[in-house]
Amino acid sequence: MSATHGKRRPAMIDEPRATDGRAPDVFRAGGWTSMRCYSESEEVDFAIVGTGAGGGTLACKLAEAGFSVVAFDAGPFWRPLEDFASDEREQEKLYWTDERITGGDDPLELGINNSGKGVGGSTVHFTMVSLRFRPDWFKSRSRLGYGFDWPIDWDDIEPYYGEVENALKISGPVNYPWGSPRKAYPYRPHPVNAAGLVLARGAEALGIAWSPTPLATLSAPRGRAHPCVYRGFCRIGCSTNAKQSVLVTWIPRALKAGAEVRDLAMVGRIEMDRNGRATGVLYHRLGEWRVQRARNVVVAGYAIETPRLLLNSANDQFPNGLANGSGFVGTHLMCHSGPNAWATMEEEIRCYKGPPSMAMSEHWNYCDEGKDFDGGYAFMSQGPLAAEWANVVAGSRGHWGMKLRREMTLYNHMAGLEIVGEVMPRPENRVELADEEDSLGLKIPRVTFSYCDNDRRLQRHATRFMSDVLRAAGGRDLWTGEDTAHLMGGCRMGFSPDDSVVDGDGRSWEIPNLWICDGSLFPTGGGVNPSLTIQALACRIADRIQAMAARGELARARRSRSRRTDRALA
Amino acid sequence: MKDFRSPYPGYDVLSKWHSPSWNEQTRQIISARLDDVPERRFLSEAEWALLEAVCARLMPQPDRAAPVPIAPFVDQKLAENRGDGYRYADMPPMREAWRRGLAAIEAESRERYGASFAELPEADQDELLEAIEAGRVDGEHWRGLPPKRFFKALLVKQVVTIYYAHPSAWSEIGFGGPASPRGYVRLGFDERDPWEAKAGHD
Repeated sequence: MSATHGKRRPAMIDEPRATDGRAPDVFRAGGWTSMRCYSESEEVDFAIVGTGAGGGTLACKLAEAGFSVVAFDAGPFWRPLEDFASDEREQEKLYWTDERITGGDDPLELGINNSGKGVGGSTVHFTMVSLRFRPDWFKSRSRLGYGFDWPIDWDDIEPYYGEVENALKISGPVNYPWGSPRKAYPYRPHPVNAAGLVLARGAEALGIAWSPTPLATLSAPRGRAHPCVYRGFCRIGCSTNAKQSVLVTWIPRALKAGAEVRDLAMVGRIEMDRNGRATGVLYHRLGEWRVQRARNVVVAGYAIETPRLLLNSANDQFPNGLANGSGFVGTHLMCHSGPNAWATMEEEIRCYKGPPSMAMSEHWNYCDEGKDFDGGYAFMSQGPLAAEWANVVAGSRGHWGMKLRREMTLYNHMAGLEIVGEVMPRPENRVELADEEDSLGLKIPRVTFSYCDNDRRLQRHATRFMSDVLRAAGGRDLWTGEDTAHLMGGCRMGFSPDDSVVDGDGRSWEIPNLWICDGSLFPTGGGVNPSLTIQALACRIADRIQAMAARGELARARRSRSRRTDRALA
Repeated sequence: MKDFRSPYPGYDVLSKWHSPSWNEQTRQIISARLDDVPERRFLSEAEWALLEAVCARLMPQPDRAAPVPIAPFVDQKLAENRGDGYRYADMPPMREAWRRGLAAIEAESRERYGASFAELPEADQDELLEAIEAGRVDGEHWRGLPPKRFFKALLVKQVVTIYYAHPSAWSEIGFGGPASPRGYVRLGFDERDPWEAKAGHD
């Protein structure tokens, strides 16, 4: 190769970018945007730990409501146009790869599989699938007989689904086949790739509905972002900004509204006073531990880091960790099961083109007839890249050696389906602290996960059904595998301090100025990707906080506030 | 069957290097991967030689004069102690797991065949690897290191991930490879953009 210009591999980003009154302008190479900065001694209204689907969204909404907000993220502030390469190994930099211990009968793969580290969180590498919960799932115990009821109902969250879909300009069909009546999606659907057309053909042959997937990637221009070019590297970071991640949607809005984002800032402890109230956060940035004072602290670190931080913040008054009086912190952790089925097609599929899941069916989320299990699942077409695909083949079929190399040459003819399968919330699936410490001296998390019989029955049903779909679509040489996706639960919301960590507004039962806003809130997981629901919850929590402030029910400052904030808190 | 033939003999992703399918950041990453193959830093010479022998069975490349390098990138990962973000509760930390796993392969080889793994005939090497894969090994050297887990979750996973991150591997399976800023236009059944792999001999 003659094209080596002596260029060095770009270094990992180890210096914060959001400093000194400015933050990266993600839409312009080398560009900056101004950022309001708060002093650490100033007691801000909200310190938010995490800037993903929960924290990033909330930071935006609270800042727009006039609150002073500082949002922390342990990872870098990426510039997608410059930092993101078309390369699976390079893009491993997007994942949370700090050591965690994973155990139980069915230990979860973490890292690349379900966690991001960086401003925007996991939405920087999510597959953009943007689905609403089935309305009944908010009362799944009362209406469907399994799991737990949420303390909020469909009517509480429905308007916020609409708000998020509009904020992300979700592309989707004019008529979506499932769920309660809804408005058209903001942007038109994308053309379905061959991998998705296999699903469509199979579903139609079996007489069930399918749909182009509602996706958070642009099907038309928006501001300074171009429509999706179908490069297919979505799962490892979009280099064109077509993907409507939190990094390119809520965060720029948050900055504009006066929020400060601190990147490469790992929060290690929530600071508490003697009266049992949070006073700020202890965080590590630029090589030293620092404290930001705040009237309210919101934890939005997702289903592992959120319980970890609450547990790591234990003190004399709260020896079992914060917000953990009833012992629920870390419990009822869920993933989505992801059994999959693959077939060789006569046609060339080339599934690496376009977003990975361009077609899907929620048939088994809404039809309960003939199920021998509780819960539901959506199944979707798949688009693994080369190394990801090799790991599927090696992992599921046990191929290696020449057998693997030969099997891999069928890549362009492969089509597959995978589910987002509901998993029952159970107390024994949980996050705890291990005895080991990380490089900052913080105890690392230990995750324990096992499926129950119901989870297995759901997966068997799905594997059978997806195999039928593939056969009906003309697939041959079928085989199946297992996988998981997403994390939910661990700090669930509920009806009382006896059954949960926080109330329906994400407010801790024990510590009134400590909040949680991320996927760890979910009492049940449903059978759809969680990001849309996390963002809808964040929008709702922001509105609730605003209403509480208006009624004078929020933590009041002892010092005088800015005029902007006064208005909001008045 | 030892031979290997790609269905796309006329396709080379690197021919797109200067095309709109490759941007500068991707060119930098891939040129480093091709030209700056890391030196040995973590493994001992003996461990390195053993790993090379293992890689040659897990990802045999008799069709290539210069095989895609794998061991150097495993060593790089270990030298940098760059984990995947999780460690199974029944496994030691990554570096220790690799060290002990390689030692166990060698010990197993000496126990079963009275010879070093690298010196075994290919059939015996495969037989031994299959035994580890199936967990049909139980010597003292596997204590605290579940052989099936080591084989699947560490060894095979790393080797496969490294091999299929190489442009030569992308070319042989007809993967489009880097695709930014230019993505794809033709998405349907049997639809191929001119810059994608074409099957068959021209």
